[in-house]
Amino acid sequence: MATTSTSAPARPPKPLTSGRGTRAADGPSVWMLAPAFAFFGLFAIVPLLGVALLSLTHWDGLGSPSFAGLENWTTVFTNPVTLNAMWLTLAMTVLTYVVQAPVSILLGVFMAGREKYRAVFSVLYFLPLLFSAAAIGIAFKALLDPNFGLSNAFDAPWLNRDWLGDPQLVFYVLVFVISWSFVPFHSLLYQAGVKQIPASMYEAAMLDGAGRARTFFSVTLPQIKYTVVTSSTLMIVGSLTYFDLVFVMTAGGPGNATRILPLDMYLTGFRSYQMGPASAIAVILVVVGLIVSLLLNRFSGADKMESQMEGA
Amino acid sequence: MNTGEQTTASARRIFRRRILASAALVAPLVLSACGGGQPGGAAQPGTPGAWYLTGGSEPVFDASFEAWNEAHPDRAFATESFANDAFKEKIRTAVGSGQAPTLIYSWTGGTLADYVANGDVVDLTGKVPALESRALESVLSSGMVDGTLYAVPNNNPQPVILFTNEKLFEQVGVEPPTTWEETLDVVEKFEAEGVIPFSLAAQSRWPLLMWIQYLTDRIGGPEVFDAIAANEPDAWSDPAITEALEKIQELVDAGAFGDSYGSVVADNNADVALVHTDKAAMLLQGAWVYPSFATDAPDWFGEGNLGYTAFPDVGGSGDPANIVGNPANFWSISSHASDEEQQAAIEYLDEFNLNEQATRDLVDNGMVPATTGAEDLLADADESEYLTYAYNMVQDAPNFQLSWDQALAADQAQELLTQLEGIFQATTTPQQFVDAMNATIK
Repeated sequence: MATTSTSAPARPPKPLTSGRGTRAADGPSVWMLAPAFAFFGLFAIVPLLGVALLSLTHWDGLGSPSFAGLENWTTVFTNPVTLNAMWLTLAMTVLTYVVQAPVSILLGVFMAGREKYRAVFSVLYFLPLLFSAAAIGIAFKALLDPNFGLSNAFDAPWLNRDWLGDPQLVFYVLVFVISWSFVPFHSLLYQAGVKQIPASMYEAAMLDGAGRARTFFSVTLPQIKYTVVTSSTLMIVGSLTYFDLVFVMTAGGPGNATRILPLDMYLTGFRSYQMGPASAIAVILVVVGLIVSLLLNRFSGADKMESQMEGA
Repeated sequence: MNTGEQTTASARRIFRRRILASAALVAPLVLSACGGGQPGGAAQPGTPGAWYLTGGSEPVFDASFEAWNEAHPDRAFATESFANDAFKEKIRTAVGSGQAPTLIYSWTGGTLADYVANGDVVDLTGKVPALESRALESVLSSGMVDGTLYAVPNNNPQPVILFTNEKLFEQVGVEPPTTWEETLDVVEKFEAEGVIPFSLAAQSRWPLLMWIQYLTDRIGGPEVFDAIAANEPDAWSDPAITEALEKIQELVDAGAFGDSYGSVVADNNADVALVHTDKAAMLLQGAWVYPSFATDAPDWFGEGNLGYTAFPDVGGSGDPANIVGNPANFWSISSHASDEEQQAAIEYLDEFNLNEQATRDLVDNGMVPATTGAEDLLADADESEYLTYAYNMVQDAPNFQLSWDQALAADQAQELLTQLEGIFQATTTPQQFVDAMNATIK
């Protein structure tokens, strides 16, 4: 900025009339947020209010909505399909977290090492992140096809299961595929987190005679505490919005075996054309997502964000 | 100080430019959000529009509208085509917001009834006499709601046919089943040979409907479903429904669909592939899969391995000549269109829709037209034997039952698909099915 002032002296400088100018000179004006706020308001807040209003109406997409009071809300909390969807979403959140978190941490720690071969592995582990959810869904659907999929290609009859059609099995298949597709992203976070840890701490641990496991639990894990919080928040809040993979692979079936809450919202709204209950479910998802991320932040003390480097 | 002031001025200029730029960016978004988009790209009023589906009879529609546009350049139709699922979601929003194209494409049934109830479509009674005289009567009646004509057919009847793998039937030494006993017998024979008796794309859910539709119709006749469609209380409790559900579970227990039908998808023709790779002996599917056999497995198809027959008579009160499926697709006229647009649409329907040229185009594309007197055309077609069979099947059928998911209201149809999946997976009992479906009747 200073260089431009010498090259553009055409207009005489105006006298400062207020403190505003100096503040802008110190840093970006708050007004620079305006476009972002406008977009956020227009595409997030306004629709959200619209959905909240819709949740109080009867509407099938045709004609005009009629006021329904809290009827949709009582429907949502008594409808066995939606209650089952809530339960499935909870189970999905817990299971995918339990699978993803340890695998991501271990992979991230492993990839943060300095040997060359690890770079090759890192690239391999990173691959799933390059595909869109729809592509992953379609690919897995083809691989798991009992008649023309993997079992047929490798002549492996033990692979010939009704993976996506068996109501007992399909949920776990989805947990696996979802974890497979998201682990690379979280490993990447952990890799970055681990690389931030000063080498001196590991040297000190070595001098104290700590083994690999001890070093991991006493140095690495406490040092990546905030990475764990970030990654966990993303995993848990993200699991409330799993939709694309499940939609592509099972569309909620067989029966309601994989009809998780976001899918229940979509199917209620755009297949059954019951916009009222679908809007109520959408509001529930927003509220739960907000609460979970706030709780995680509060619980972990991440809002303080103090340095982890000192006093090691 | 000087530098500071200069920076401020340039920062302000930049800021102002950004505001303008972002306003310019936002404005069209806001405007289009309010406008809801113009139907079919028809910008100026008085220009009629039409949306239809990609694939199938798309080339026939293209040619038909092109012919109209050439004859009436001042009232040319703006047309657009969409994939099936995308279309179904888009058209409802468009109709609901009064932004529908002049010609509304549908499957009639529950959706058309909703449009009629909301006053979204025009009464066509007596307005298209020429079209009424050339369309198949059994198909035309599907476009009526309470005796009033609101939709007219625009392409081909799509009956559900039992396709057979003649090669496998010859190998195992059995004949295609014509009764329930023969069906169970054939299932047992193929099972023993390690062949899947019936290919079934259960993951796509809608192919399951064909089984309950045919079984219910054969056991109890069309009246059973008519009562359901009329929302009569406890209509699902009809013994014919329970018997149909029990027969389905009997087939499942006998291994009639193999043991991994739950993962088979119809979208990519996996159910068709099971038959032409000689893994499965039979397939109950809509007439639209016939060309798929020809294109997906030309060698197998060329050897004459594909057979076709009617759904077996299971010994009930229903006429075994009855068929299920989609009588055709239909055009309705949007009541939100201007008078000129409606007039253009009426003239188009009466003079161009399913006219001689369109009928010939349908046959050339391997489809049976929904018009009378097409026998000669069909006799000259490449696949004349099959086309004539399907045409006679439609003409001779005392009743053509519209697919239940189209006939019912959307929320009932979704519940039906879910419950039916439970029946096929043996996680739902017929009684649970009946109770759940009765609860959807309003």
